[in-house]
Amino acid sequence: MVAYLIRRLFFFVPIVFGVMLLTFVLFFVVQSPDAMARRVLGPKATPKAVENWLHNRGYDKPLLLNRTGQAPWHDSLFLNQMGRLARFDLGKSDVTNRPLAEDFREGALPSLLLTVPAFFVGLALSVVFALYLVFIRNGVVDLAASLACVALMSVPVMVYIIAGQFLVAQVLNYFPAFGFQLEGFSTAKFLLLPVALMVVSGLGADVRLFRAMFIEEMGQDYIRTARAKGVSSALVLLRHVFKNGLINLITLVVASLPFLIMGSVVLENFFGIPGLGNKLFSAIQAPDFAVVQASVFLGSLLYLGGLLLTDICYAWADPRIRLQ
Amino acid sequence: MAAFDLVWVQNLSVFTGYALLGGALWRVAGTERWKAAWHRLRGDRTGMAALALICVFLLVGTLESFSVPQPTGSRTLLQLATAGIPQEKGYSAPLATTTLSVANPTPLAGRHLLGTDALGRDTLVQTLRATRSALWIGGLTSIIYIPLGVLLGILAAFYRGWVDDVVQYFYSTVAAVPEILMLVSILMVLGKGLGTMAIALGITGWVGMARLIRGETLRQVERPYVAAARAMGQSDWKILMRHLLPNVMHLVLIKAVLGFSGLVLAEAVLSYLGVGSPVGTASWGAMIDASRSELSREPFVWWNISTSAGALFLLVLALNLFGDSLRRAFDPKHG
Repeated sequence: MVAYLIRRLFFFVPIVFGVMLLTFVLFFVVQSPDAMARRVLGPKATPKAVENWLHNRGYDKPLLLNRTGQAPWHDSLFLNQMGRLARFDLGKSDVTNRPLAEDFREGALPSLLLTVPAFFVGLALSVVFALYLVFIRNGVVDLAASLACVALMSVPVMVYIIAGQFLVAQVLNYFPAFGFQLEGFSTAKFLLLPVALMVVSGLGADVRLFRAMFIEEMGQDYIRTARAKGVSSALVLLRHVFKNGLINLITLVVASLPFLIMGSVVLENFFGIPGLGNKLFSAIQAPDFAVVQASVFLGSLLYLGGLLLTDICYAWADPRIRLQ
Repeated sequence: MAAFDLVWVQNLSVFTGYALLGGALWRVAGTERWKAAWHRLRGDRTGMAALALICVFLLVGTLESFSVPQPTGSRTLLQLATAGIPQEKGYSAPLATTTLSVANPTPLAGRHLLGTDALGRDTLVQTLRATRSALWIGGLTSIIYIPLGVLLGILAAFYRGWVDDVVQYFYSTVAAVPEILMLVSILMVLGKGLGTMAIALGITGWVGMARLIRGETLRQVERPYVAAARAMGQSDWKILMRHLLPNVMHLVLIKAVLGFSGLVLAEAVLSYLGVGSPVGTASWGAMIDASRSELSREPFVWWNISTSAGALFLLVLALNLFGDSLRRAFDPKHG
C-alpha cells in the first residue's frame, strides 16, 4: 500500500504543476502585470507608481526565462513563483504586503469552527433522513420528501442566509445575526445561525444522494438473502444496508474533508466571520491577485490530499480492496 | 449604427441557439430509445409540468432577448409589451396607492402587482427581464462546455492510449482547483460580463461532462455494433459521429438540463460576489443582493427578494424536476 501511495503522490506532481501553470498563464499572461498594477492602483496612477508597485512585488521580471544577461537565467517571474510554491512559501499579499501564510493560518480556525460542526451535523441528519426514506420508500411521504429535497436544492445559498438573518434578527429578535468573537463559549452564539443555515442549504442534495446510494445497496443479492433468512426489514437496513453503504459514504465524506478548511465564501462574508472564505472575498473586491493565486494553489493541494485520503479510507473500510 | 448592428447580432444568436438545440434533438428524435423515452415522459405529470414551466421562462427570456430599433434607441419586445406600466418615484408595496415613505408618501401613477424597486421600476417586470441573464448564462455556457466535454470524453474513450492520458490529465488538473476559486480567478482576470461568465463556467463545467461521456463511451465501444461498423470498413470519424454520439446523446441531454439549473444558481452567486453580471443588467443575483439593505429598512422591503428569488427558485426547480423525469424516462429501471 505504501508503494501505491508513493506512486500516487508522484502522479500528483504533474497535476500540481499544471495547476500552477494554469494560474500563472491566467494571472500574468492573459492579463499583463502592467494591467494588474493599473487595476490595483487605479486609473490615475503615475507610470512611476506602477513601476514601483511592479518592482516591489517582483512582477517586473521577464515572464519565462531571464535573457537580459544581468541576472541568472532562472530569475524570471514564472520560475521564481514555482520555486517559491515548491518550498510552500505562499508569498505576500499584493495589497497589505503581509506574508500570506500568516493570513491563512489566522483564517483557518474561524473557518473550521463554522464548517466542521456544520459538516458533521449535516452528515448525521442526511444519513438518518435518507435511511428513514429508504425504510418507507415509494410511499407518499417518500415522494413528498424527494420533492422537498429538490426544492431545497433549488434555493441559492444567499437566499437562505438573507431569509435566515431576517427571521432570526428582525422578526424573532434572537441571538446576534452578525459578527464574530473568538472568546470561549460566546463564539457559539455567533456560529449557531450560520451553522444551521449551512446544514439546511446542503441537506436536500445530501439526502437525495444518500437515499439513492442506500436504494442501490438494497438491490444487492446479500440483502435478498438476509430478507429470505427472516431478518426484519428494519434490521436489514441498519445492519446491512447502512454498514455497506458506509463504505461509499466514507469515500464521499473524506474527499470533502480538506475543503472544510477553505470555509464558505458566501456564508463567512454575510456573517462577518474572519475565515479563509472571507479573506478570499476581500481579495476579490480589492483586487488582490496574490491571495487568489495562493488560494488556488492551496485548494488544489487540499483536493489532491482528499483523493489520497479517500484511497486510504477505502482500503481500510473495505478489506476486499487492495491498493497496489 | 454600431448599436443597430449589435441588436441584430443578438437577435441572430438567439435563433442560432434554438437552431443548435433543435438540430441536436432532430438528429436523435427518430431513434427507438428516444421515441420510447418521449412516450414515457408524456405519462410523467411532474415532468410535463416542469417542461411547460421551462417553456414559459424560455418565452419570457426570448422576448427580452429580441430587440427592435426604436427612435429613442433599441427596445426589447418585453419592454415594448410592458411600456404601459408607469415608473414611480421609489419603493412602493404591492398594490399600494402611494410610495413607501412614512414622512411624505406620494401618490403612484399606477398599480403594481408586486410593488416597485428603489428606482420605482415595476418589480414583476424587472424580475421577468432578469430571466434573460439567467437563460443567456445557461445557454452560452452550454454551447461552450457541452461540445468540449462530449468531444473530449468520446475521443478519450474511443482512442484510449495517449489521447485518454492527455484528456484525463487535463480534467484532473482543472478538477483539482476548487470550482469557486477557478471561477473567481478567471472572472477577476477577464472582467465582468455575461460572455466572460459563460467562458469561466464553461472552463470548469466540461470536466463533469467529459467524465460522464468517457465512461459511457468506454461501455459502448465494447458493443457489437461498433465492431460491425468497423468490419464494414467505416472510418473512425463516422463511427464516432454516426454510432457512438447518438448512443450517448440521452446522457448529454440529462446532464445538460441538470447542469443548466446549476448555471442559473451560479449566475446568482457570482453576481453576489461581484464578479458576475455587469452593473445595470437585470439579474436575479443582483436583485437578491440589493435586498440585503432593503430588508433592514423601516418599513422593510420584502417584495423584491421574494419575487426575484421566487422566479429563480421556480426555474431551477423546474429544471431539476425535468432532468429527473428525463433520467427516469430514459432509464426506467434505475429511476
